[in-house]
Amino acid sequence: MPKDGGIGTSPKRREDIRFLSGTGRYTDDINLHGQAHAVFVRSDVAHGRLNGIDTEAAAAMPGVIRVFTARDFEGCGGVPCGWQITSRDGSVMQEPKHPILAEGKVRHVGDPIAVVVAETLAQARDAAEAVMPDIEELPAVVDMKAAVAEGSEKVHDDLTSNLCYDWGLVEDNREAVDRAIKDAAHVTTLELVNNRMVANPMEPRVAVGDYAAHSDESTLYTTSQNPHVIRLLMGAFVLNIPEHKLRVVAPDVGGGFGTKIFHYAEEAFCTFAARALKRPVKWTSTRSEAFMSDAHGRDHVTKIELALDAENNFTALRTETYANMGAYLSTFAPSVPTWLHGTLMAGNYKTPLVYVNVKAVFTNTVPVDAYRGAGRPEATYQLERIVDKAARELGVSPIELRRQNFITEFPYQTPVAVEYDTGDYHATMDKLLEITDHAGFEARAEESKRNGKLRGFGIAHYIEACGIAPSNLVGQLGARAGLYESATVRVNATGSLSVMTGSHSHGQGHETTFAQVVAEMIGIDADQIDIVHGDTARTPMGMGTYGSRSIAVGGSAVVRAAEKVINKAKKIAAHLMEASEGDIELKDGQFTVAGTDKSVAWGDVTLAAYVPHNYPLEEIEPGLEETAFYDPANFTYPSGGYGCEVEVDPETGHVEVLGFAAADDFGNVVNPMIVEGQVHGGLAQGIGQALWENCVYDADGQLLSASYMDYAMPRSTDLPMFKVDHSCVTPCTHNPLGVKGCGEAGAIGSPPAVVNAVLDALNRGGHAVDHIDMPLSPARVWAAMEAARANMGAAQPAARAQETAGGRSVGTP
Amino acid sequence: MYDFDYDRPGTIQDAVASLKAEEAIAFSGGQTLMPTMKQRLAMPSKVVSLMGIEEMKGVRLEGSEVWIGGATTHATVQRELAESYPAMASLAGRIGDPSVRSRGTIGGSVANNDPSACYPAGTLASRGVIVTDRREVPADEFFQGMFMTALEEGEIVTAVKMQVPERAHYAKFIQPASRFPLTAVFVAKFADGVRVAVTGASEMGVFRWHEAEEALSSSFDAGAVEALATPDGTDMISDLHGSGAYRAHLVKVMTKRAVAAA
Ligand SMILES: Cc1cc2nc3c(=O)[nH]c(=O)nc-3n(C[C@H](O)[C@H](O)[C@H](O)COP(=O)(O)OP(=O)(O)OC[C@H]3O[C@@H](n4cnc5c(N)ncnc54)[C@H](O)[C@@H]3O)c2cc1C
Repeated sequence: MPKDGGIGTSPKRREDIRFLSGTGRYTDDINLHGQAHAVFVRSDVAHGRLNGIDTEAAAAMPGVIRVFTARDFEGCGGVPCGWQITSRDGSVMQEPKHPILAEGKVRHVGDPIAVVVAETLAQARDAAEAVMPDIEELPAVVDMKAAVAEGSEKVHDDLTSNLCYDWGLVEDNREAVDRAIKDAAHVTTLELVNNRMVANPMEPRVAVGDYAAHSDESTLYTTSQNPHVIRLLMGAFVLNIPEHKLRVVAPDVGGGFGTKIFHYAEEAFCTFAARALKRPVKWTSTRSEAFMSDAHGRDHVTKIELALDAENNFTALRTETYANMGAYLSTFAPSVPTWLHGTLMAGNYKTPLVYVNVKAVFTNTVPVDAYRGAGRPEATYQLERIVDKAARELGVSPIELRRQNFITEFPYQTPVAVEYDTGDYHATMDKLLEITDHAGFEARAEESKRNGKLRGFGIAHYIEACGIAPSNLVGQLGARAGLYESATVRVNATGSLSVMTGSHSHGQGHETTFAQVVAEMIGIDADQIDIVHGDTARTPMGMGTYGSRSIAVGGSAVVRAAEKVINKAKKIAAHLMEASEGDIELKDGQFTVAGTDKSVAWGDVTLAAYVPHNYPLEEIEPGLEETAFYDPANFTYPSGGYGCEVEVDPETGHVEVLGFAAADDFGNVVNPMIVEGQVHGGLAQGIGQALWENCVYDADGQLLSASYMDYAMPRSTDLPMFKVDHSCVTPCTHNPLGVKGCGEAGAIGSPPAVVNAVLDALNRGGHAVDHIDMPLSPARVWAAMEAARANMGAAQPAARAQETAGGRSVGTP
Repeated sequence: MYDFDYDRPGTIQDAVASLKAEEAIAFSGGQTLMPTMKQRLAMPSKVVSLMGIEEMKGVRLEGSEVWIGGATTHATVQRELAESYPAMASLAGRIGDPSVRSRGTIGGSVANNDPSACYPAGTLASRGVIVTDRREVPADEFFQGMFMTALEEGEIVTAVKMQVPERAHYAKFIQPASRFPLTAVFVAKFADGVRVAVTGASEMGVFRWHEAEEALSSSFDAGAVEALATPDGTDMISDLHGSGAYRAHLVKVMTKRAVAAA
């Protein structure tokens, strides 16, 4: 086996050659013969009654083929939701219809009202301006607490209220938790906001619909993280196209970060319009449209309480969260604040009693769904903030307080339904302190002080659940899908391989890592292996890429399929060498008979499979192609310690990140360089959330941060050189590669580390600030210092009870 | 973008004539105008590019005065003034990114008078004079509030003249998203007085902080600013990046830092 290409080595990403040289084929590069262009007319108000739409003038404009409104979709379904949550009282969540185009009401700025399809994009744009919707504006529902108060304006008239569900985990623990908090020696309380994010993938969304009249087949090219899921949702629930007549292709996709998991109205529209018009229809989102139509992320408001006994052991944890759903339920929205969030609230700690309550709320804002980390960053942020706050209140080291409460024995059954298989949290903490040069911190802090700056150090320790998920388990939890993955390994006669995977790569590097895995198993060069993904016509089935599941679930399916291929190949080799199958070994691309010098090459066997002249035809079929479906036995549980060092300018409130270190336990690692890159990207997004990014609505539901003029993206110059380590390894116990997943960790562990560091800096500098809501913009940090000064050190306003869950994620500068 | 006619005259005279057309608009670097047009927020019938006018380009030093052609890019100013007026070169070098600086112009910037633009502060502090196709207007009279200037219909900024101070510095505190100034202060010390021009802060656009000018004219050091009261935040811009009070505070901090670095 060439050891420069197998598992554990870092060959360069082969797909980057086409991405970086302009030869990638992104969705917007796809232009079909005779294609027409779609432009969406979108609501510019947050909430209003749609009394009519005058399309006459637009329809008469040059080049216009047809103007579509909701009326055209009367025979179709709405955009479906893929997860049903059951409330504490046993009732199922309220699930409003999500029409392709607005019916009767518009419910957020950006809600599509009509679509103009024209010969050229310019003509479609011109005509879109001539579409005249008659909208009677209604008061906008923006503030989550007000939204669920008696008498609130309703986002959906046919629902009983704006409350989607009221969920508890674990309901049976509720009273015990209440009691433990009442009896505790110390209780730390914190109210916080997990700010709303816009995912901002580099490539905006695109959909190209095509229809072949001769075969009655529809094809959709789309920027998706999971083309098979789109085929299922759109075909079965929206357009009534059976799967064998519908192909969905997600080619090179320029980033997703979660927001391209979901099925969107624009995809259904282009597929529908192509059938209706018998010609291809293309839509490419503008960046402005992306801000108001791509599903947003996070937007939770939480009250969390941590109870400790007199020896500082955690005895109970209780949270109450308001989770913004936006105007409609996006595909996986209900699962994010519940099963992807509540189940992680034990964190790394052996807190015996945990109770999580989540109220999901409809508002007149863009739908909110999974964004890198999805639920786990929200859980980690609360926990790692409250532990830090508790340490400050108790006057103990935040590191020691964590260590004292770490789980050390595995498997560990948490009080919130999940069972961690492995981990070693002390090991990652030790590693973190080593790579951050924690011992030298005080000297560096002194140096900063001399320069008039406040230096601070913050840590966070996270656990996450990846590799979603055992299908039977998620079925019980309300998923309307299985969450296995499939793979087909097709060996060609000359020995090269096409590996079809249901995982989709939109930047992750699967074409490199998956090839490494198969190359290692067979002992051939990775160049012989092609990784095929993103096309329902080529891969049997796929649940797609999200939740850091690709290598753990998709990779495991590849391993299983490759094992089947190898087993069959061994049978053929045994036949060729007239040996017993049990004696055949495969190494470095050669089949040998144990204890002899007999061998045949991989290529000889594959050729025999397709030219079966000398072949055991009575026992096995010719050909060498196998498919496997892999359904995981459990989630995987990556964990790690993150450390951040900042300097705060006490005059301006400006925060500079001077150092950031991540010590992760990802189990076994296939390509360390790619893993490092994934962590870097996650850190940039997590630090971005902590310091800069913020999606802000005003009280009228207008999106204030609707462009890069106001939505602050992190840039490379804002970030230090990261120190990333993944030498702490406790392999996953239940998948064949022992892998855990690394795609989201950076975004999960970093926000609390940054916030803890800033608060450490402020408190060391004599500013008694115990919390600031993200993003920690200069203005907010300065305001917090001012407030602390005015209050003579009392809690700053963000922690005051009356201004809490009232949707502080919106409107406040 | 809507359809428009395009003209690229070679002289100021031809440009003025071309701009007489109904709904015609001057176009320099396009760094403000182009995004506006792409978003269909502007619909000029005719776009008159000034970038072919050689007499509007370049930087010349005439004694203690610099003349900067209206169609001179930020990158050129950054390069040409590096020795003779480093504070202004530094201002130009911190506008946007390399692509913005290689297209955007000083004429476009002062004509646009964005309340958060850099050049209006630099020009006002440098006792600048705006030269147009028909007159010369002192910066004090030229900048008249947010996006408002003394320019008449069809009038072109052909050059900007500035006095080179003895000492100067531009202290820019950026807005985290746009990286325009959240508040920035240009301090210029002349033999006979000090000017302090502030951008990004006021609802009225760029302004001179007279109290600071007075204090600094008698004693040019950061301590003189420290002793002043923070300017009133009532008329300061309040948005999602900072309150009026925060901006007022930054005016003082940035002034102090500009003085210290000058
Ligand atoms: C990403 C980005 C970041 C930026 N950051 C900053 C920053 O930090 N600080 C800053 O100050 N600016 C910044 N800018 C703005 C930039 O400096 C622009 O170049 C400048 O504001 C306008 O100059 P322009 O030559 O591009 O003008 P144009 O966009 O061509 O024109 C702007 C306006 O001025 C008029 N006009 C243009 N030239 C003349 C003239 N000679 N006479 C009369 N009217 C004229 C036009 O009709 C138009 O109304 C940024 C821009 C971008 C895109």
